[in-house]
Amino acid sequence: MNWLPMLLDATESTAANYFPIGIQIIFAVGFVAFMIALSAWVGPKRKTSDKLESFTSGISTHGDARHPMAIKYFLVAILFVLFDVEVIFFYPYAVNFKSLGWGGFEAVLLFVAFFLVGFFYIIKKGALTWED
Amino acid sequence: MSAIQIIFWFLSALAIVSALMVLISKNPVHSVLWLIMVFFAISGHYILLNAQFLAIVNLIVYAGAIMVLFLFVIMLMNLNNESEPQKNVWMRLAGAVSGGCLLMILVSLVRQAIEINNKVAEMKVGDIGLIGNLGKALFKDYLVPFEISSVLFLSAMVGAIVIGKKN
Amino acid sequence: MTTLLAIDWALLTEKLILIAIIIFASLGIALYMTYGERKVAGILQDRPGPNRAGPFGIFQPFADGLKLIMKEEIIPDTSNKALFILGPGLAMSAALMTCAVVPWGDHVELFGRNIALQIADINVGILYVFAVVSVGVYGIMIGGWASNNKFSLLAALRGASQAISYELAMGLSLIAVLMTTGTLQLGEIVKQQMAPGHLWNIAYQPLAFIIFLVCAFAECNRTPFDLPEAESELNQGYHQEYSSMKLGFYLFSEYINMFISSAIMVTLFFGGYDVPFLNESLLSPNIAALVGIIALMTKIVCFIFFFMWVRWTIPRFRYDQLMNLGWKKLVPLALANMLITGAVILLWFNK
Repeated sequence: MNWLPMLLDATESTAANYFPIGIQIIFAVGFVAFMIALSAWVGPKRKTSDKLESFTSGISTHGDARHPMAIKYFLVAILFVLFDVEVIFFYPYAVNFKSLGWGGFEAVLLFVAFFLVGFFYIIKKGALTWED
Repeated sequence: MSAIQIIFWFLSALAIVSALMVLISKNPVHSVLWLIMVFFAISGHYILLNAQFLAIVNLIVYAGAIMVLFLFVIMLMNLNNESEPQKNVWMRLAGAVSGGCLLMILVSLVRQAIEINNKVAEMKVGDIGLIGNLGKALFKDYLVPFEISSVLFLSAMVGAIVIGKKN
Repeated sequence: MTTLLAIDWALLTEKLILIAIIIFASLGIALYMTYGERKVAGILQDRPGPNRAGPFGIFQPFADGLKLIMKEEIIPDTSNKALFILGPGLAMSAALMTCAVVPWGDHVELFGRNIALQIADINVGILYVFAVVSVGVYGIMIGGWASNNKFSLLAALRGASQAISYELAMGLSLIAVLMTTGTLQLGEIVKQQMAPGHLWNIAYQPLAFIIFLVCAFAECNRTPFDLPEAESELNQGYHQEYSSMKLGFYLFSEYINMFISSAIMVTLFFGGYDVPFLNESLLSPNIAALVGIIALMTKIVCFIFFFMWVRWTIPRFRYDQLMNLGWKKLVPLALANMLITGAVILLWFNK
């Protein structure tokens, strides 16, 4: 098996369609690495200990910046994972929407009903309220 | 060796090396980033098998959503090198032995399985992995599991809220 | 190893040239977007804007770019060095990857070859964009965390939460559009809108477009959603500690994202490279491609101007307002739009 027949039938949906994306990844990463290296090489290097302190508007830094954070952010991230998977389920449906007709629509309606139950539960419980 | 084989070996090596780096890295944030590399390599494998929808969903859900959650937890709980619990030598040895046993069992199982003996993975010929065909299968043949998954999501949401909002 | 030589070298070169042109074009456009931003701001605030470097200041972006490269690289002592460099690299790489699935035109015929003006026409088109966007979040998160600065960390946290929240509404809003198109391939979506008797998708899905537009503003961290860079409360935001080209990458990636999201909105809702009331099939392919690219770019420039106009018109949201809008308004609205679209099509149009 070689690339020639694979690339010729690129009109169909085959893995060969992704070949240019592979090239682009190499190209983009190469460009980014080159530019970072270039600016590191070209720029002046006069480091002093004051310059390398982290910037906090002129006042001296107090300890490590990394502190445990509010749980709301975790809740948003967890809910995002759940909802994201649910949204992904709609994509195969949207593509087949017309051929599936009412049967598919009812199935999705039931799915959305569960989705909404969860959604209202979340809102009622105040998981997405930011001001307390 | 054809071009596809080269890509296959490259992706496999990338996946295994990244997976090892997940374990070796001392910094948990580095581990998460290596894990994202593993997902990229596996998505590459999915594309080679022409499971395009699965490849992209693997990136969106695992690399894009679940790993963001992991990173949130690690960054915001401030888990770093110092706070990582150091196991003693015996614990490490026990871990290595039990992990090795699991590996042996898995390898021997795969070697014994009759279904996949002498089978070659379908490269670029199968089209069940395309989004249209996948949708047809999901909404015709696997409708009940699909609906049950929505119940699963609901329970997961309730679980997240119950744990997260406990005062 | 002999079969390796069977690589279609012509196709490889063709794609490589196309990728190089598109990436450097997006960089050039991003450069001039910085100029446009300052000029638009100047006009809206009744002042001239940049006008010293060259006539009307048109060389200003090059002066800025050169300055960014020549500046000293500063990596703070307390930062995590490897991740500090990785952050802007990831943001920029992700920004440069999204353009792969956008159809810039139909095709051109050069040297007897039929060259498609799209880097990769893949089966999952629009989902690819979502995948790249969701990876782009890491650029902000890692950069902000690695800086080990309280402002950066807060901004990164805000930025990541905002990005993932609006990704949801964005994904949901598109489902109604995809129900009418029945495909995820962007090239195919443009061709459907070009077909005679078919209007642009904005005519069928105005609500989906508005939701998508709002989410695009939020994903690009543009005002009124620029909370990760809210200078009045966070100094500079997640790129506070960055200098030189690494800062440049964060700023550039934002402009490239704005450009690509304009391109995607045009492709999905405004007919892509379609020129209204013109039958492209009557023209020779190269002329049609040229006209198409000009049409696409004109539409994109209109969107970019809109982005900049809004920046000087609408004040910034508060964080709770931002999250409320994303989760409690846009998500249910997109869901309702999807169900209503489905019901209407099934009731009246699915003969």
